[in-house]
Amino acid sequence: MFGKLRAHCTAFRWTLYVAVLALACLTATNMVVPYLTAALFNGVLGAHRWGELRWIVPAIPSLALVGGTFNFLQGYLSGLFGQKATFTLRQALYARLQYHGFEYYDREHTGNLMQRLTGDVEAWRMYLSQGLISGFNFVFNVAFGLVVMFTLDARLTLLTLVFMPFLIVAVLRFDDRVRPVYTRIRQAASRLQTVVQENIMAVRVVRTFAREPFEMAKFQEANLEFGRRNVDAGGYQATYIPLMQLLGNLSAVILIWYGGLQVMHGHASLGALVAFFGLLGYLTGPTQQLGFLVNLFAQSAAAEVRLLEILETPDAVRDRPGAAVLDPSQARGHVRIENVTVRYPGQGGRPALSGVSLEAKPGQVVALVGPTGAGKSTVVNLIPRFYECQQGRVLVDGRDVREWTLQSLRRQIGVVPGETFLFSASIFENVSYGRRDATLEDVRRAARMAQADDFIMELPEGYETTVGERGLGLSGGQRQRVAIARALLYDPRILIFDDATSSVDLETEFEIQSALEAAMAGRTTFIIAHRLSSVRRADEIIVLDGGAVVERGRHEDLLRRGGLYREIFDVQFRDRDALRGRSLRREVAGGAE
Amino acid sequence: MPSEGGGAGARAAAAVGRWLGAVPAPAPGPERFRYRDEEEIDRPFDWGMMRRLLAYTRPYGGLAALATALTVLGAATQLVRPILLGRSVAVIEAALGHGNLAAWVRRLDLYAAAYLASFLVNWVCSWGQTRLTTRLGQNVLVDLRRHLYGHIQDLSLDFFDARSVGSVLVRVTNDVNALNDLFTNGIVTLLSNVFLLVGIIVAMLVLRPNLALACFAVIPAMLFLSTGLRRKIRVSWQRVRVRLTRINSHLNEAIQGIRVTQAFTQETENRRFFQVMNRRYYDSWRLAQMWSSLFGPTVTLTGAVGTGIVFWYGAHLVRTGAIQAWLVVTFVQYVAAFWSPISMLGNLYNSLLMAMASAERIFQFIDHPIRVVSPAGAAPLPAVRGAVEFRDVVFSYDGRRRALDGVSFEAQPGQTVALVGHTGAGKTSVITLLTRFYDPQEGRILVDGRDIRETDLASLRRQIGVVLQDTIIFSGTVRENLRYGRLDATDEEIEAAARAVSAHDFISRLPQGYDTEVQERGSRFSVGQRQLLSFARALLADPRILILDEATSSIDTQTELVIQRALSRLLQGRTSFVVAHRLSTIRQADRILVFDHGRIVEAGTHDELLDRAGIYAELLQAQFRFLEREAAG
Repeated sequence: MFGKLRAHCTAFRWTLYVAVLALACLTATNMVVPYLTAALFNGVLGAHRWGELRWIVPAIPSLALVGGTFNFLQGYLSGLFGQKATFTLRQALYARLQYHGFEYYDREHTGNLMQRLTGDVEAWRMYLSQGLISGFNFVFNVAFGLVVMFTLDARLTLLTLVFMPFLIVAVLRFDDRVRPVYTRIRQAASRLQTVVQENIMAVRVVRTFAREPFEMAKFQEANLEFGRRNVDAGGYQATYIPLMQLLGNLSAVILIWYGGLQVMHGHASLGALVAFFGLLGYLTGPTQQLGFLVNLFAQSAAAEVRLLEILETPDAVRDRPGAAVLDPSQARGHVRIENVTVRYPGQGGRPALSGVSLEAKPGQVVALVGPTGAGKSTVVNLIPRFYECQQGRVLVDGRDVREWTLQSLRRQIGVVPGETFLFSASIFENVSYGRRDATLEDVRRAARMAQADDFIMELPEGYETTVGERGLGLSGGQRQRVAIARALLYDPRILIFDDATSSVDLETEFEIQSALEAAMAGRTTFIIAHRLSSVRRADEIIVLDGGAVVERGRHEDLLRRGGLYREIFDVQFRDRDALRGRSLRREVAGGAE
Repeated sequence: MPSEGGGAGARAAAAVGRWLGAVPAPAPGPERFRYRDEEEIDRPFDWGMMRRLLAYTRPYGGLAALATALTVLGAATQLVRPILLGRSVAVIEAALGHGNLAAWVRRLDLYAAAYLASFLVNWVCSWGQTRLTTRLGQNVLVDLRRHLYGHIQDLSLDFFDARSVGSVLVRVTNDVNALNDLFTNGIVTLLSNVFLLVGIIVAMLVLRPNLALACFAVIPAMLFLSTGLRRKIRVSWQRVRVRLTRINSHLNEAIQGIRVTQAFTQETENRRFFQVMNRRYYDSWRLAQMWSSLFGPTVTLTGAVGTGIVFWYGAHLVRTGAIQAWLVVTFVQYVAAFWSPISMLGNLYNSLLMAMASAERIFQFIDHPIRVVSPAGAAPLPAVRGAVEFRDVVFSYDGRRRALDGVSFEAQPGQTVALVGHTGAGKTSVITLLTRFYDPQEGRILVDGRDIRETDLASLRRQIGVVLQDTIIFSGTVRENLRYGRLDATDEEIEAAARAVSAHDFISRLPQGYDTEVQERGSRFSVGQRQLLSFARALLADPRILILDEATSSIDTQTELVIQRALSRLLQGRTSFVVAHRLSTIRQADRILVFDHGRIVEAGTHDELLDRAGIYAELLQAQFRFLEREAAG
């Protein structure tokens, strides 16, 4: 009954059981009301036993009160059951998602995961909150209703049921038909949304190409399509819903006509006939919901499988038993990479890295250069165990990274990625993301080092300015500087700059570099950069190409060697000669260096 | 669900409370993340706004009238049914006392047939009414959406710069959809339910005034339930939705930022934050569920009181011979039928209030003034040579700080002008004004000697091509994206343009070549590739004047060379303005304008400016200082 995710809802099963019990009581109570009607017609109005009014009349609101209490309980508790379960499930999903490794997120798109966290969780909640109780409701109503009706009058009961099979067929058929229509509505809605969204995002492009009429036509097409799909759905509703009502109502006509004849001939009592009118609704109402129920069950079953996938995918990277804690006060930041080979899944077996080794002694600066796809990021991602190597090993402070606990290892590594992600939070919160205890002064110190303090102070609310997706838009360079400040405040032994200044202009990059020299002192630093100006001071420069080290050494050695590094250098500094030939030479000469 | 507890009694109470779903209010944690909410607050009813909304239904008056007629007819069948039912009972009852059964049977046949007919008519009516009202509602929404979107297409950049993409998007989608209920059901519901309610009241009064008046005692309670309680329910569900939106925003962000979270070991911290958020959502939900669960039972209770009144007073009247028994049946049916129109009207009132909030937001956009207008009757700009002049241009985005403060310069046809300076110095403002995204407060901008404010806007922009930093790529194929530059370009022309800017090679390597779908705004392309694609698009448009905002992102050396080649091909023979970040681009420029604090502080060629040893030379030196030390040493 609780499906594949039962682990997340059985703890609250009693909430549901009580709801079901309340529902049973409610149904039973409801069945009494037609008896009252029958008593009124047979006893009071028919047989003129006026005294019976004294209990019939107060019984009606009293039953409504009792029934109402049960009704409230079943509605509230069944809803609560689903909500309690989804609360727990959501918590469990969130926890799992916090620990799934990078590989998992490389595979699963955000949109796909969000669909599961919203749509699928909601489908499951609907099943628990409404589906289960509605199923019981159908069973109880049909069972109790039939018992009461047969007790009252078997023949009338059979007559009433004549149209039921037709109703059931219509209900199930409607649901079958209308589901694809709603899928098409959703598709049309998402198409419309895409058109509008792209138009607004590209507003400058649209305006400069003067493409407003084209955009308008594109929009109107999606707009009309969305409207048409909705009209389609309306058409199905117009066909089936009145039909279902009619089929339910035909039973009432039969009751009046044939039932009336039966009463006239003395085969049935008038009271029973009137009571049947009341009972009819208990049968047709839940039946009309049957399609909705079947759909709900099917959707929830599919949702459960997708949710289970999130919960049951094992972490690719996790603490080994007996892993040691890297003590912050003992950590030195010594990194050794020994002959590592890395293959990413789905890359056709071609290794992203093969046989790469390097060593960074505490406090040293190691730079990695090379063309896009050479494997630079792959190397540095091994140090905090974002990914793991298939061969070779990575040592931090003399111990394999897999032998440190993940948290204590990562606590000593500050990463500034090329693609900056800022959370929808204040700048203060973003900078202090890794250090919850930081004061404003700490945050500002880090920001100053990252050349970010000046522009932050000029923002409307300074460090309290909300940034991120919904907040103030910062330029790429500003975002990168916030990310640098975040890593500096984290105060790690090892710093990794993965193309961290790609979006700042050259002057700012120069300023950041000057400032970073102080921050880098005493920390082991890895720098990945395309602009050689930022790597030339490194203690060792590793030139990668196609996943292998092709050159290594200091800037001057590499320049002299005349290999790939020299080539890159020449392209980037083609203008050097022009500059040197002119004012810069004067400056250098006059600058008394 | 954890909860704190005191003594045994308190623990028991807490246990019951916990079981009922009560959870202690979460400790107000620090606001780790901030999610601004799209509040859905009701607006008081505004007749002026209502009239504006109703104006959209005017073209569909016939449709609305027909739908209303059908609905009223359907409602009429509901009105007669209690009487038919009552009369049938009367016939059956009468037949029991009298011998001549055949005559009574015939009358019962008649009533049963009429009863059947009333259902059949109702069936046809609801079929027609559903079809018509859906069409009416959708037609109106399509029109409204087009009107709104059309206006947004005409709005100037100041509008977009002040808003996030999401907030504009929800106007066109969610806010318009929120009016669906009003247009689909609103008007028709109002008329037919007023008709039904009045009809029931009149019928009851005609049938038996004193019994009718006794029954009307439940109407105020029903009115309260359908407006007051329902409002409370709706407001509590709105709170649930707002909190759910917040949860979803956070989930989305938690996934996108997962790498940062793991790198900074914030997994546990985030779980704690999420727990509070999740708990708040749960609490709001529990409250809403409680109010909603109250609704059904109270409605039933009110109905039962009405039925009790009919039973008691009706039986009394039957006993005194004032009425016949069948009238009791009819009245029970009428009392039960009260609820439907009152509920529908209450619903309508609620959706009206909600519609007011959406309508206000929609009209806010529709009423937003268009700042940059194409002058009425302006002649289209003929094909230009490409001479551009800024004359004493003063410009400010916010009316306070001057982004451009008296800028004058001239560019000859075919010249390449590089704009150089710190971020915020005024480079981007020049671009913004030349394309007329904004108009300057003072001064004039001339193209081929004509003030751009006096020419037709579209014809001006068609002759200016812009290549921006963040290359937006539309969903669709690569070919469609390139064709955006010129809609009537042939496949050959598109390919030629791609070849000219060296984009052909990587496009051909894509799975379906030019017909490959661009996914997630071009995320499958590298920064350099995206830039080449926008070059190709601009080349296809073949504008006389080209504006280029060079990407700052560093690109690997190979791609860098390709882009430089493509760039010189693109600039050939056009007047070009380049916000430059690459020295190679700047050096090739015919003129360099150096901006500082909204003014041009230096102008000249690369060599001239270096000789002057001013700000430009200083900028370059800063960039190459490391290198120079190296070279000198």
